[in-house]
Amino acid sequence: MNQFQVPGPEASQRARIAVVGLIALFAVLTVAFFRLQVLEANTYELRSESNRLRPFPIEAPRGAVFDRSGRVVAGSVPGYSLHVFPSSASGVMETTLERLQSYVDLDDARIELLLERARREPYQPLLVDGDADFDLVSTLEEHRAELPNVVVRMDPKRQYQAARAVSHLMGYVGEVTAEELEQERYSEYSSGMTVGKEGVERQYEARLQGKRGLRYSEVDALGRVVSSPFGQVVQAPEPGVDMQLNLDLDLMEWIHHIFPDSMRGAVVVLNVEDGGVLALYSAPTFDPNSFVGGIEPDEWASLNSDPDQPLFNRAVVGRYAPGSTWKLAVAAIGLQLGLVEAHEHMSRGCTGAMFVGNRLFRCWDEAGHGSLDLVEAIQHSCNVYFYQLGLRIGLERLLANANEMGFARQCGIDLPRESPGVFPSDLGFWEERFGYRAQETEVLSLAIGQGPNDQTPLGIAQFYLAMARGGQAPAPRIVQGEEAGDTWDIGISPEHGEILMEGLRRVFMPGGTGYLSSVEHWELMGKSGTAQNAQDPDRSHAWFAAMAGPRGGQPEIIVVVLVELGESGSIVAAPLAAKSADYFLRKRYGIRTDTIQTLREHLLTGTPAPWAIW
Amino acid sequence: MKALFSRWALDSGLILALLALSAFGVAMIYSTGQLNVPSPVVEGVWIRQLVWFAFGLTAFTIVSRISSNWIEWVSVPAYVLAVVLLAVTLVVGTGRGTAAGVTSFLQFGGFQFQPAEVAKIATILALARLMASRLEAPGHRSRPSWQLTDVIGPCALVGLPLVLVLLQPDLGTAMAFVGILMAVLFWSGIPLTYLFLLVSPAIALVVSFNTWLFSAYMVALIGLLYLRRSRLYTFEYVAVLAFNLAVGTVARLLWDSLAPYQQNRVLVFLDPGLDPQQAGYHLVQSKVAIGSGGLTGKGFTLGTQKRFNFLPEQHTDFIFAVIGEEFGFVGTLLVLSGFAYVLFRLIRMATGTGSHFASFVLFGIFGAWITHVFVNTGMTVGLVPVTGIPLPFISYGGSFLLMCWVAAALAVRVARQN
Repeated sequence: MNQFQVPGPEASQRARIAVVGLIALFAVLTVAFFRLQVLEANTYELRSESNRLRPFPIEAPRGAVFDRSGRVVAGSVPGYSLHVFPSSASGVMETTLERLQSYVDLDDARIELLLERARREPYQPLLVDGDADFDLVSTLEEHRAELPNVVVRMDPKRQYQAARAVSHLMGYVGEVTAEELEQERYSEYSSGMTVGKEGVERQYEARLQGKRGLRYSEVDALGRVVSSPFGQVVQAPEPGVDMQLNLDLDLMEWIHHIFPDSMRGAVVVLNVEDGGVLALYSAPTFDPNSFVGGIEPDEWASLNSDPDQPLFNRAVVGRYAPGSTWKLAVAAIGLQLGLVEAHEHMSRGCTGAMFVGNRLFRCWDEAGHGSLDLVEAIQHSCNVYFYQLGLRIGLERLLANANEMGFARQCGIDLPRESPGVFPSDLGFWEERFGYRAQETEVLSLAIGQGPNDQTPLGIAQFYLAMARGGQAPAPRIVQGEEAGDTWDIGISPEHGEILMEGLRRVFMPGGTGYLSSVEHWELMGKSGTAQNAQDPDRSHAWFAAMAGPRGGQPEIIVVVLVELGESGSIVAAPLAAKSADYFLRKRYGIRTDTIQTLREHLLTGTPAPWAIW
Repeated sequence: MKALFSRWALDSGLILALLALSAFGVAMIYSTGQLNVPSPVVEGVWIRQLVWFAFGLTAFTIVSRISSNWIEWVSVPAYVLAVVLLAVTLVVGTGRGTAAGVTSFLQFGGFQFQPAEVAKIATILALARLMASRLEAPGHRSRPSWQLTDVIGPCALVGLPLVLVLLQPDLGTAMAFVGILMAVLFWSGIPLTYLFLLVSPAIALVVSFNTWLFSAYMVALIGLLYLRRSRLYTFEYVAVLAFNLAVGTVARLLWDSLAPYQQNRVLVFLDPGLDPQQAGYHLVQSKVAIGSGGLTGKGFTLGTQKRFNFLPEQHTDFIFAVIGEEFGFVGTLLVLSGFAYVLFRLIRMATGTGSHFASFVLFGIFGAWITHVFVNTGMTVGLVPVTGIPLPFISYGGSFLLMCWVAAALAVRVARQN
């Protein structure tokens, strides 16, 4: 057909070569696509799936926490968090945040902060509000159209009942920090998880946490979720384990109610029967609910800069000179060593002071107490008696026995950060701490609960618990079903315990420092303390350590009250202890509660006080 | 009416294939807009492509009616104009869309086009004219005896627009110019040895990174030159060697002068597993898309790699990955067969024509299209480095589609010169 071959006789040969080359090239392509799409298709299908489906955690609700009667202390409620999805287009994040300003409390500084975080994690949804309330969520839902990349996520959130009353005991929760994630304790955690930061929340974190669930959601190349935010659940979350505490939430609320607003201090109530913690309160307090979903930075700053240190747990971490409450320890050591009898008088009666060497040591009552026996000395808290008892025991023996009793140890309560007591282990203490050899007269201040002796309110409660139980006591327990056995032994016999308790009982008798705090239905025993301190030389810390139970029966609860700079154990601390004990025992025995409880209150209100002896 | 469409029947097989490819291209561009993450950039562009398709068909109808002589005559002014346009583009050109970093577009009011596309066709025409005139010159009528120096003219003619395009920089289109040059030289009857010597500096460039490989290559090259010594002038001999040596030694320096992303592309070509989130990302995602398509694909518009934006430049350079994902091996095979048929037809038309000029034009178009098809589809599976080069008739791009149809019109027109 083509008689004129172009461009010459070689043309058809060239054309053949071209066709062969064409076939070869397309054969190479076909083989390449065949390999990919037929031979290796399975591998690539899998990779395409994992490309587009990404696992997302489903938060598990934390275990609920109940008090001893089943009241909810801490539970989980549906919480809403507000996120802005990242966008590849510039300026979208800024615009969205500015629009959000009309609904959410966002100042310009906070927006700057959020944008900064968005720049650091450009593909992560930006958390704007970790704890949005339902009204806000429904408002935003109405304005969906103008806020297309705002997403509301529903996660369970922590909620505390009687939040301010239980704050120090329960602690609070917060997002796990980068530093925490490096610790062994959090090896199984990942960032973004909520963990217990303080108190029970931290102590029982492993049990309360539960197990995160897993869902798969479709994401785009930037990792943005593009399908339903709920995705496909492949593993449902397991809620954390519920816990029951020894705590009495009503009592906690009562204590929170009666504790003077302006005062700092602590109240510890222990159950004599099993060492369970019925109440543990520290004032001032804070609202743990404000930590849920992230505390506002200015609130966090104000909590930390508050001179009253509301985050400081005075009951478990705070340490104070125990003052006269510790005279019982001196008496116990004296009895234990056989150096004193219940009705033994000391060689010198109290004249308001006594000389040791050439120094004058004062009693708190300048008028003097006259000659007293041990029980009366406890009742009247006579310093001169205890100076002489201390001298009898001697410094070295006092140190040895007090350490034996555990005054330099922790009680072992199931709460984090418990402070051990501070007590010299031996004579070397003075040289190390103060740079001088201990004089024998050191025993004089120790004997009245002063000197280098600092105890937590919990530690004093533990000592009184051991006395009430005849010498031994278990470690105090917040959580039920956790009894550890009698790990505490203050080394006294039940008979000696009886003697000490007789002294404590007399404190609430006419003439005792607790008499005006006595109550109608219950037998109170206890000891006030007024401890000098470095905080304010003119105002002492007020202590009261009490035991309470039905009249004629064994004590059922221990109440220890400390009021910082409260000045008087008997006037400030004792009524708090008495009113706490009265409230709890009335509830336990089904007697109608009354706000007029102590003898003083009866007298002030003119209510008859049939138990009073005049 | 019948007269208007008379040219369509000139090569009905070729034209039907091209119509099918273009229509399929519009459908695929529609598909690339079907995303789970709505993207305003891609969503409506299939309509624009449809409009450009209509422009292309109009252009086809017009161009296919132009006289062949006039086409031959206009080739030189067209070439000059194209080179000027390319030079102007370098100065005032703008980037656009995915190619925002380069200057390859010229703007006239609201209308943008790529001078490089015009330059490709103008260069084909001018090159065909040069080669044809050489064959038709006195003394060469029967069988021309080729000298290696004879390639200097064609090389310079293609080299000028090629360098201008490289400066934009648009490596993909520059490769198309190389394809045009090689195809036309091949068709001119130049000994294959000469073609090899012509590309030998490029080979030297590649092997220069290994001293031993480069030494072995140079020994082989000297051997080949020795065998062909009778046909070569000494200065040709020396020039080839000098060129190879020069390229081999400056390759390092050249490499260092490359922008990091360009270096990355070469490195990723050599090892695609390298750093998948960065340079190799395109290739890995493209392979996942194509591989997960399997035998029959995920279905039209249903590709997940595409839907969730894992595929980059899915409506332009990587549209073939979407085809592979949604239609599987069957789909890729069909599309490749379509292109193979088109290219095969071009070879047949070149051998069937009565004019040197016509056959060179056809081979020029063949060279351009085979480069586009092979590099574009080959890069989606890692056969060739990832280069910004579109797939003829299918990839989104107005002036590109228009010029593809102009080229098709020229092909059928010159092939059926009365």
